[in-house]
Formats: sequence, C-alpha cells, structure tokens
Amino acid sequence: MESESGLSESYTIKGGDFSNAGSISTKVKKTLQELGIPAHIITRTAIASYEAEMNVVMYAEEAVLTLNLTPQAIHIRIDDKGPGIVDINLAMKEGFSTATPKMREMGFGAGMGLPNIKRNADKFELSSVLGEGTTYDIYLYLDGQE
Amino acid sequence: MTLREIKELLQAEILCGENSLDQEVRFAGGSDLMSDVLAFGKPGILLLTGLTNSQSVRTASIIDASGIVYVRGKTPDEEGKTLAKEMGIPLLSTRFMMYQACGILYSKGLPGVAKLQE
Repeated sequence: MESESGLSESYTIKGGDFSNAGSISTKVKKTLQELGIPAHIITRTAIASYEAEMNVVMYAEEAVLTLNLTPQAIHIRIDDKGPGIVDINLAMKEGFSTATPKMREMGFGAGMGLPNIKRNADKFELSSVLGEGTTYDIYLYLDGQE
Repeated sequence: MTLREIKELLQAEILCGENSLDQEVRFAGGSDLMSDVLAFGKPGILLLTGLTNSQSVRTASIIDASGIVYVRGKTPDEEGKTLAKEMGIPLLSTRFMMYQACGILYSKGLPGVAKLQE
C-alpha cells in the first residue's frame, strides 16, 4: 500500500459507532498537519473525510479509510461494506436523504454530506454496488493542478 | 471581540477553556445542523448551536472553530466536554435562545461568516 515516494495509512471505521464518529478524520487531519500541508487544504480534506466518515457510521457496517499522499495529491479512499447507494445521482442532490431520526439527532442526515464532499474535493468519485458497499475516492491536489 | 466579551454579552458560563478567554473572535455562525456548519464554516468561526452531543465538538474541531456557545441553557454531554478539553476548544453556555444570542453578538459588531464570503 505504499504510494510512490509518499505515505499511506489505513484505518478502520465502525458502522453505528456514533461515539467515535469523526475520530478517524481527526487523525487524518493531524497527520496532514504534521506533514506541513497548507492549512486551507487540510480544512477541505478534513471536512470531506469527516462527511464520508459520518456516512459510514450512519449507513454501513464498516469501512477502511486509506490516506495516500504523494507530492502531487492527497487521496482518501473509503471502501465500505454496507447496503450501497440505490441512485448515486439522486444521492448527490443537496437535500436528498434517507436518514433516520437518530442520524438527524446527531446533526447530520440532511442530505448535505455528499454535496459537501464534492464541494471540498478537487475530484470526487463515488461508486456503489447494491448490497455490497460504496467506495469514495476523494482527491485534493497539492501542486495547483486540476 | 474576545471570548471574554462574548461571555459577558451572553451572560454565559464557561464550561471549559478558561485560559482562552482573551482569544480574539472575528466572526460567528449559528446552526444545529452540522453539515451546514461544515458547508459554511471557516477556520476561526465561533459556533452557536443547540446540538449538545459530541458531534458538535468534533465538527468544531474539524473546521478549527474558535469555540462553541451552547444556547438555551444547554450543555454538552460528558463525551463532548472531555473531547473539547482534549482538543482545546473553549465551550460556553448561555441562557439566551439561538435568535437572541446571535442578535446580541451581531448588534455588538461580531459579523456572520457569510459576510466574509461576500
């Protein structure tokens, strides 16, 4: 899992574990801070990672988050085992949500998560297989490239 | 405006972060919806919220908020308080409701986060 002259770290996110929801993204943020990544890029990365992590906690059984860092880009891949997304285009629409009251109590589940990831990432790819899981690929470029 | 002035204006109680009272706050935003906070939040924001679970603290930490004011006399749960201490995020609690708390700070010159984005 080593990327070319970069860094690669993996963490497990547990579904339904609301108490620790956000802790992995906090670790990712800390790693990026230690590496001296510009603050505005860290904030955007942390927000995108946190929203995706909340999605895993709310909907999936578990997931592996992998942070890959190269001189060119930050790449966060979250691969979850879960129900999958029925209609990705619909899920990407702001305001569309299948959240339960419990999720809303946590201050999430208003149909903002995926659009927020897209807004903060330079590139966001989402793929899903019903009944198997969802994969989030979040990229932020470090060299000013698109 | 410093956190100390904010505490006075909102007649707020300090739940943690006594040592950060002289910290300067430049703008604020109020919401109970953390995804909204993540969408509009900017580093340094003072977050006013009625959401008392640990997610309010996690969200504040992710966006580098300068502190959290819990409105309507609310206080965060123990998990939230512990987390805030760990992360060094000052927590205040005011008896004012959201609308009034925001109104007081705004009228005393603390702008909303949207103003900075214009």
